[in-house]
Amino acid sequence: MNQALNSKRITLGEGGLTVVFALTALLCVYAAINALDSAFAFHTALGAAVSFWAVFAIITRYRGRSALPPQEIDGRPNYNFGPVKFCSFMAMFWGIAGFTVGLLIASQLAFPALNFDLQWTSFGRLRPLHTSAVVFAFGGNVLLATSFYVVQKTSRARLAGDLAPWVVAIGYNFFILIAGTGYLLGVTQSKEYAEPEWYSDLLLTVVWVTYLLVFLATLMKRKEPHIFVANWFYLAFIITIAVLHLGNNPAVPVSFLGSKSYIAWGGVQDAMFQWWYGHNAVGFFLTAGFLAIMYYFIPKRAERPIYSYRLSIIHFWALIFLYIWAGPHHLHYTALPDWTQTLGMTFSIMLWMPSWGGMINGLMTLSGAWDKLRTDPVLRMMVVSVAFYGMSTFEGPMMSIKVVNSLSHYTDWTIGHVHSGALGWVGFVSFGALYCLVPWVWNRKQLYSLRLVNWHFWIATLGIVLYISAMWVSGILQGLMWRAYTSLGFLEYSFIETVEAMHPFYIIRAAGGGLFLIGSLIMAYNLWMTVRVGETSEAQPRVALQAAE
Amino acid sequence: MKAIINAESWVSEFVVTWWTPLFMVIFFAIVAYALWPRNKAQFDAAAEMPLRED
Repeated sequence: MNQALNSKRITLGEGGLTVVFALTALLCVYAAINALDSAFAFHTALGAAVSFWAVFAIITRYRGRSALPPQEIDGRPNYNFGPVKFCSFMAMFWGIAGFTVGLLIASQLAFPALNFDLQWTSFGRLRPLHTSAVVFAFGGNVLLATSFYVVQKTSRARLAGDLAPWVVAIGYNFFILIAGTGYLLGVTQSKEYAEPEWYSDLLLTVVWVTYLLVFLATLMKRKEPHIFVANWFYLAFIITIAVLHLGNNPAVPVSFLGSKSYIAWGGVQDAMFQWWYGHNAVGFFLTAGFLAIMYYFIPKRAERPIYSYRLSIIHFWALIFLYIWAGPHHLHYTALPDWTQTLGMTFSIMLWMPSWGGMINGLMTLSGAWDKLRTDPVLRMMVVSVAFYGMSTFEGPMMSIKVVNSLSHYTDWTIGHVHSGALGWVGFVSFGALYCLVPWVWNRKQLYSLRLVNWHFWIATLGIVLYISAMWVSGILQGLMWRAYTSLGFLEYSFIETVEAMHPFYIIRAAGGGLFLIGSLIMAYNLWMTVRVGETSEAQPRVALQAAE
Repeated sequence: MKAIINAESWVSEFVVTWWTPLFMVIFFAIVAYALWPRNKAQFDAAAEMPLRED
């Protein structure tokens, strides 16, 4: 202890970040005063406030701390779970927010009066708020939390950096705040899933590069000689998102004091860049990252080794080699050259193989432990998520076939497909991971209530089934109505007739979304009670079966 | 200026001709590495990594 007190010195990170945040704060104050539009003034004011707070927080922490936390205690790694806890909490918060907005816009489609005739609550502004909140805010925080946990555990090393992991965790959530409030105020660059304007993009770039460095530096000081496969998936996710973000977002601001910018790409190149980005956001954010979760959390929870580690290597590399080419299937029958469309379709169909290879690997990990599905609803949730992964990675390649796409594109079928992947795969595997993670990092013996997990599981599953089946019927109906001709060669239905036909399905869809939201509220209560009243675990009784070393 | 254009065309020609075979060779090398009998023990040990506790 004495030694610790003696060695107290301000670190390069603390000093450097204090200067950086102080300068950022001044810059933001200047921009806020001279801003050309009110949204930019609001955002730079928020930036100034957070930067000042960061300076204050770093100094307070320095004055309160003794030495820096040690890398190891009694020969065991001294894991840094602070950022993991923070991101788990934020994931739950943004999840509920994102599902609620989703329920609202689903209801708006059924009952347009719910737009309230206000620009801030119109469908066009709330829809990107919903997608960003569930994908980037909920999914992103789950990925941050689990990646910071898994990389430490499988490297047997403390997370690299002292303040850097906090810069990532808080910086990322601040980016979400800027992006989300921007949508409500009408700030958008109108690129799907890449709506944030130039200044939010710059912020995300800084945060993301820091994330990459923290992750790499942790891997570099690992005690395990082998880099576990989940870390490969996380690393691919981090690197590819950086590349996609930079490729899709080069923009020229109209002024450095305003929110509006113009994208550097033009015409069909812009469209191709957009869907190269868009589809690989699905491939590397919503797939690779969550496959990393599958490869760590399912073996851990089932207490079984990965079914085939060799298959996981082939799964990883096949996915990496194929996914990046699949984007053009979003642009069938457009100005994109025909061969590029066919290329996108071909690679999408080939993707079926590695996807199902991964699904089989995840499911077969349960061999010898299938009985646990009966008793452990958390494991059941993750296994059902892998089944949904298999289902949506079969549906996706099928929909990328040009003749199928000519029916399905622009219809609700696409929305149904996305949600079977998003609710079934990404949602359930995230819920499963959080149900595991919260007792682990808060050092609790078990969850507050497995019965509540069971309720969550069945309510949410019912919600998903209602959602996707409604969208299948509605999408195919819509597609068929659009292409129906009379015997005289006229279109049989006017557009508004097709909209009218959708009405009952939109109500069923909203009901499904509502059930999914109720499930997540049950989950939040359960996790809250786990942390609040859960019994502290003494040793680590969660692993009954110790693996032979 | 001309040198730059030549360099560019050399790069584009190489990429157009060799990118696909190059990637296929790399991919099949990875598959061979994954399936090589001598590597089996190492991978079986790695499959247990999530279960280890410290």
